[in-house]
Amino acid sequence: MTTTTQSDSGQPVYTGSGTPTGDEEVVLGFSDVDVRFKTEFGSVHAVKGVDLKVRPGEVVALVGESGSGKSVTSMTAMRLLPRNATIGGQVDVAGKEVGRLKEASMRRLRGNDVAMVFQEPMTALNPVLTVGTQVVESMELHGVARGASAWKRAIELLGMVGIPEPERQMKKYPHELSGGQRQRVVIAIAISCDPKVIIADEPTTALDVTVQADILDLLRSLKDKLNTGILLITHNMGVVADMADRVAVMFKGEIVERGTVEEVLLHPNHDYTKMLLGSVPRMGHGRGQMGISVKEEVDADAPLAIELKNLVIEYQRLGKAPFRAVDDVSFDVRQGEIVGLVGESGSGKSTIGRCALGLIPAASGEFQLLGQNITGMKRGDLKPLRKRIGVIFQDPAASLNPRLPIGECIAEPLVVHKVGDRKSRQDKVYELLDAVQLPREVYNRYPHEVSGGQRQRISVARALTLDPELLVADEPTSALDVSVQARVLKIFSDLQEQFGFACLFISHDLAVIDLLAHKVVVLQNGRVVEAGPRQQIMENPQEDYTQRLIAAAPVPDPLEQGRRRRERHELLREQGEEIVELKVDGEQFHQSSQAEVVDVEDVEDVDGTDGPTSR
Amino acid sequence: MTDNHRPDEPDPTPVASPVEEAYSVEKPIDLSQKSYSQGQLVRRRFFRHKGAMVSLFVLVFITGMAFTSIGYGIIPSWWDKTFYDAGATVDGGRPTLQLWPFQIGEHPFGQDTIGKDYFALTMRGTQRSLIVAFTVGLLSTVLGTIVGAAAGFYRGWVEAILMRVTDLFIIIPLLVLAAVLGKMAGGGIWSLALVLSLVSWTGLARLVRGEVLSLREREFVTAAEAIGTGSGRVIFKHILPNTIGTIIVSATLTIATTILLESALSFLNFGVRPPDTSLGLLISTYQNAFLTRPWLFWWPGLMILGIALSVNFLGDGLRDAFDPRQNRTAD
Repeated sequence: MTTTTQSDSGQPVYTGSGTPTGDEEVVLGFSDVDVRFKTEFGSVHAVKGVDLKVRPGEVVALVGESGSGKSVTSMTAMRLLPRNATIGGQVDVAGKEVGRLKEASMRRLRGNDVAMVFQEPMTALNPVLTVGTQVVESMELHGVARGASAWKRAIELLGMVGIPEPERQMKKYPHELSGGQRQRVVIAIAISCDPKVIIADEPTTALDVTVQADILDLLRSLKDKLNTGILLITHNMGVVADMADRVAVMFKGEIVERGTVEEVLLHPNHDYTKMLLGSVPRMGHGRGQMGISVKEEVDADAPLAIELKNLVIEYQRLGKAPFRAVDDVSFDVRQGEIVGLVGESGSGKSTIGRCALGLIPAASGEFQLLGQNITGMKRGDLKPLRKRIGVIFQDPAASLNPRLPIGECIAEPLVVHKVGDRKSRQDKVYELLDAVQLPREVYNRYPHEVSGGQRQRISVARALTLDPELLVADEPTSALDVSVQARVLKIFSDLQEQFGFACLFISHDLAVIDLLAHKVVVLQNGRVVEAGPRQQIMENPQEDYTQRLIAAAPVPDPLEQGRRRRERHELLREQGEEIVELKVDGEQFHQSSQAEVVDVEDVEDVDGTDGPTSR
Repeated sequence: MTDNHRPDEPDPTPVASPVEEAYSVEKPIDLSQKSYSQGQLVRRRFFRHKGAMVSLFVLVFITGMAFTSIGYGIIPSWWDKTFYDAGATVDGGRPTLQLWPFQIGEHPFGQDTIGKDYFALTMRGTQRSLIVAFTVGLLSTVLGTIVGAAAGFYRGWVEAILMRVTDLFIIIPLLVLAAVLGKMAGGGIWSLALVLSLVSWTGLARLVRGEVLSLREREFVTAAEAIGTGSGRVIFKHILPNTIGTIIVSATLTIATTILLESALSFLNFGVRPPDTSLGLLISTYQNAFLTRPWLFWWPGLMILGIALSVNFLGDGLRDAFDPRQNRTAD
């Protein structure tokens, strides 16, 4: 049992079995790692003396929000930091000190001893090379296999990570595969040279929740069967609870708390960890978390804000039949009601949102918006209707015009709809800035001068400028850090209570929907799978897909998550679905991926010409 | 048992708790810094750009001297000679300007082959060239921006027509087109400027179209359309300000190239005609005198260089000032 205590100086002291002792085998070790970046505006101290060790067959999670330095720390092991970085301390990979390796030895180390799985598989894979070429390439580079034997081995690897019909997939290009399959290819490449440790940098952040659960299952079996050490970098506490053996929490370049996953997630000591965990909405806990309270009942006689009847939305494609993004969807939203539109990517949830904003025409069916049918309505006729609708988009950085000062951004709807004069508009903006808890002084500042969550609050303020009757929120918090998300959600729910607008809340995060929505509509491939009151859908889902979706969402509690995982596996078995795991025996795997080339002596003088400087 | 592990309920007050403030990943907004309006910010950044300030000074100096020395319209002149009266040649027409000891003398820039005062001639040429260059810079920028923005924003047949017209202008040799149009329009300075504008907007139109094509897919444009903003406002308020860097750099390049284009046309006898003159005409008229009377080449050449360089530096400074994301010269 690790005991984490506060010393007199306020610095935590770490002892006990949670951290590896001197004589245990360590595949990845950071000792007193310190990284500074020289920039135009002076030096940025990104990592301030991090100590961390990963043993074989162990998952260590490095948790933190943006700017905590968790990715930078991991990059020191690959020595892939940009040239303006100065690295202090020592990083050891499989017994070799990374800082002292020549560039050629370093290249051998990458892949052979340490491999990476990146966040976005689409950008981690080269779009102009086939999947097979890329798997073969890494093996040939490291002398594991060549030519026909490498090709054969690549097929085996793809099969192992659970890609169906691996021979056929080998000749495909990355864009022809789904997101989950692409990430499996990246994992196949990572294990192709049988590395001792894998660094997984947000490996599931870009994936849908059911795919995320599958990839996590795959990574877990990788560690169990191959005894690979995994350094898991993530911001998602649910992923940590699902995967990690030990956890280190980073804040602004320092590890503020560490211990086994149970200790850190169940009995956090540090204030930051407590706050972080307190900001995560939990599946199955429903209302009342994080001080957010949404009234449970909506007036049943309230007029309908949105009424969809057999809505069909199609995208025209050149030379092909139009793509049906939304197919025969019917549901309604009452005044004052928050309806959560849930689904994975490609389910058509955003398309419905865009249709509600009049940005995409409906192909057929009926879209009643605030009592008027907007299908086939002309642009000019839509304008008065738009005055009564607000919108919040996902990425606050992209949805605010970088050239407009914040005050003008918020006042824009007033100007467009010619409401009030200069003075009254300014007063309204000040009022809204107060409502979203931003200082009035930001009026003349630009969006880039404030950070992500603050920007999203500006979006919320802009959406409410005209006191809309309906708000369309398209993934309003998914680009934000958890602690920031909590605050934005709190402000959002308070404002909803205050103004009583109806809301179409589009999200892939079931926990957020559970927290806010009155009604839930589950979409898959453009069709409604299940719809109903929140409690009914969340606690007693009837459809297979909904059950899988809810079962796949991880919770930040290792014990509960362990139980949920077993339940999910059971559910998958019941529904005749496959449980993802590495389809190979560990012993066999290690034998077949023995390198043909013998390593030359590795530790030599520092190669001064390549890579960042070492102190 | 899992319920026991739920963390404490956070403070229900809307304002962030002290712990949240202390461990916030968001930078607090620095309110101690003075807040500036957009115009102030641009001006402040622009005035801090050293290169731009020096260039502005040089350009204002050249312009001021060109327009006041021999006069223009109602602006009175302070130089006692004109660009068309020939006088007696003094000292082979050598410049009398001396830096040490400083003296201006009778003919600071010298005299041409028939005894005309070369300072007056150069000033007249600078006037003409500046008028042509800036008129063309303005007109072709407006034209190119409108064509490019319309093509990029409306797509479809609007784009097809506008871009094919642009292609047509691009494939016809610039000089030939300008020469023919210039001949048709007569030799006036304004018609020359108009003709040059008509042939030099194509590059900018393509650049702006490309930028607009990518900007119109951005979320803030969608957001603007979603609240009911009309096309005109979306183009002029949301899209074009984001292309200001491209437009300004292109405009300054246009001004610089126009000065050269104008001299080429004048050389071919399609531009400004004697007895009126321009910097390009001066250079081409006296190109054979380069070895015997080099000042007849150097003075107008120096003016062209000074104008083109300072205009380019100004464009650089303006782009930095307009782009709030690149805070290179601030603080």
